[in-house]
Amino acid sequence: MLDRAVSETTKDTATRPVRFRGAGFVPASSRFGGWVALALVIALWQIAGSARLVNPLFLPPPSAIARAIYELAASGALWQHISASLLRIGVGWLLGTAAGVAVGFAIGLSRLARSVGITFISALFPIPKIALLPLLILWLGIGEEPKIATIALGVFFSTAISVYSGVDAVPRNLIRMAQSFNVPFATIVRKVIWPGALPSILAGFRITASVALLLVVSAEMIGAQFGIGAFVLQAGNLMQTDQLLAGVVILSVFGLAVGRVINWLETRLLHWR
Amino acid sequence: MRNCASEVWSFGPSRNDGVEDGRHHMDLIANHITHRFGELAVLDDVSFTVSAGEVVAIVGPSGCGKSTLLSILGGLLLPSSGAAELRGAPPSDSLNPLTFVFQDFALLPWATVEENVEFALLHTQLSSAQRRAQVDDALRRTGLTDFRSTYPKQLSGGMRQRVGISRALAVRPAILLMDEPLSALDSQTRELLMEDFVGLLADGGMGAVYVTHNLEEAARLADRIVVLSRRPGRIREVVTVPMTRAERGEAAAREELLALQNQIWSLIRNEAIDAEREVQHA
Repeated sequence: MLDRAVSETTKDTATRPVRFRGAGFVPASSRFGGWVALALVIALWQIAGSARLVNPLFLPPPSAIARAIYELAASGALWQHISASLLRIGVGWLLGTAAGVAVGFAIGLSRLARSVGITFISALFPIPKIALLPLLILWLGIGEEPKIATIALGVFFSTAISVYSGVDAVPRNLIRMAQSFNVPFATIVRKVIWPGALPSILAGFRITASVALLLVVSAEMIGAQFGIGAFVLQAGNLMQTDQLLAGVVILSVFGLAVGRVINWLETRLLHWR
Repeated sequence: MRNCASEVWSFGPSRNDGVEDGRHHMDLIANHITHRFGELAVLDDVSFTVSAGEVVAIVGPSGCGKSTLLSILGGLLLPSSGAAELRGAPPSDSLNPLTFVFQDFALLPWATVEENVEFALLHTQLSSAQRRAQVDDALRRTGLTDFRSTYPKQLSGGMRQRVGISRALAVRPAILLMDEPLSALDSQTRELLMEDFVGLLADGGMGAVYVTHNLEEAARLADRIVVLSRRPGRIREVVTVPMTRAERGEAAAREELLALQNQIWSLIRNEAIDAEREVQHA
């Protein structure tokens, strides 16, 4: 009895902190964590390779891949392959992007273009563009043109969709505001719709860059003498897995570099966000 | 004397320049405005005139079509029937006689304060020096000179609306069309901006249509208050505020203004209850 009375008194006067329950759900990436993990995996891979725990034919160690890249660079073959791929990606991406931006804006701004354009895009967008390569070879011959056209087609549809979604996402109140000041149509497009759609357009570039990379490798595997895709395929046919992985590493570096460029563009152009 | 319908002023050459006794006159007329959104009747035969330099508040229960009416008056929406009309000419230096101030500010987020104000002038005939001068003047009048290079997201709500007002002043409006300009702001900021509005409209050089659901704002600013019924909005009553705006700042005026607010509230209270209980259309 007495004990209980005492404890009750304590309960009334003693304070205790409110339990904190707001932890978690705010993932923040540390600056070096990713690099450390990557280095660790490469180190383990190298150790496993050096200790002959894995067959180097199936998975050559990182050192062998690095040597393969060095030899490719030294012989000049590396640049030959990379420049062939870059040319196809560059021209194809630019053509597809230019057409996609133009069509995307038309769909975003004109009722006629929207009703026609969305029907065609919905029908054609899901086709894996690489399936059209044989047809494009028939049409355009076996040179660079069909490869570039395949990339341009793949880039075009994604770009058109991201551009018109971006135009649709521009707040209508800003357009009404501009109209209320009698701002002419062309100025509204240039000063309101273009900057308003830019975030979505740049996000689209990120996707189309990877689409272009995917398509260039596929197209080069189907029929090309030079290019990273052709090189990877030849290396695979000859069981030169170190060379094959060298090609894969180059593709990965290329993808990273493009991502960096788009990050840079976003910080330059979208600093207001 | 100013004439009626035959002298309706439109954006173009007009026969009557509206100059009388050296002063400019431009009236804004709601001429039997009716509007429907599909099946939904929003406004029903609304008619009134905003005379040059006059401040008219439009109040009414939520959803009564106040903002729709303002969009129609400002030429941003075509009414189902009836028309918004102008009579007489605006001051010759007016670049945009009917100028909106928006509830959500409608600022370009990628443009600085200065660029937002200048945006309203870019397409005009002004030389860049004149444009600069007009922007500077508008920024100074709204106390934004020190903030000219900041972006909207860096500003508080009150300062953002000041940018909206600055942009409106830059085009030298004859009539400001203000669509609940304070309703997105907290009560202290609202009070500060209210004082600015009183100062802005004090000399009668600029008229305004002031849409609000806040009866106090209406009673403090307006010369006349148009009270709309619930949807479809019809004019219930037009209340004249029996004081100059200067007199309303005095302590003695407080009770009278409060009585006026209560009078309007009693007009719309039951309708406000009905409006609140109404199931929204999809």
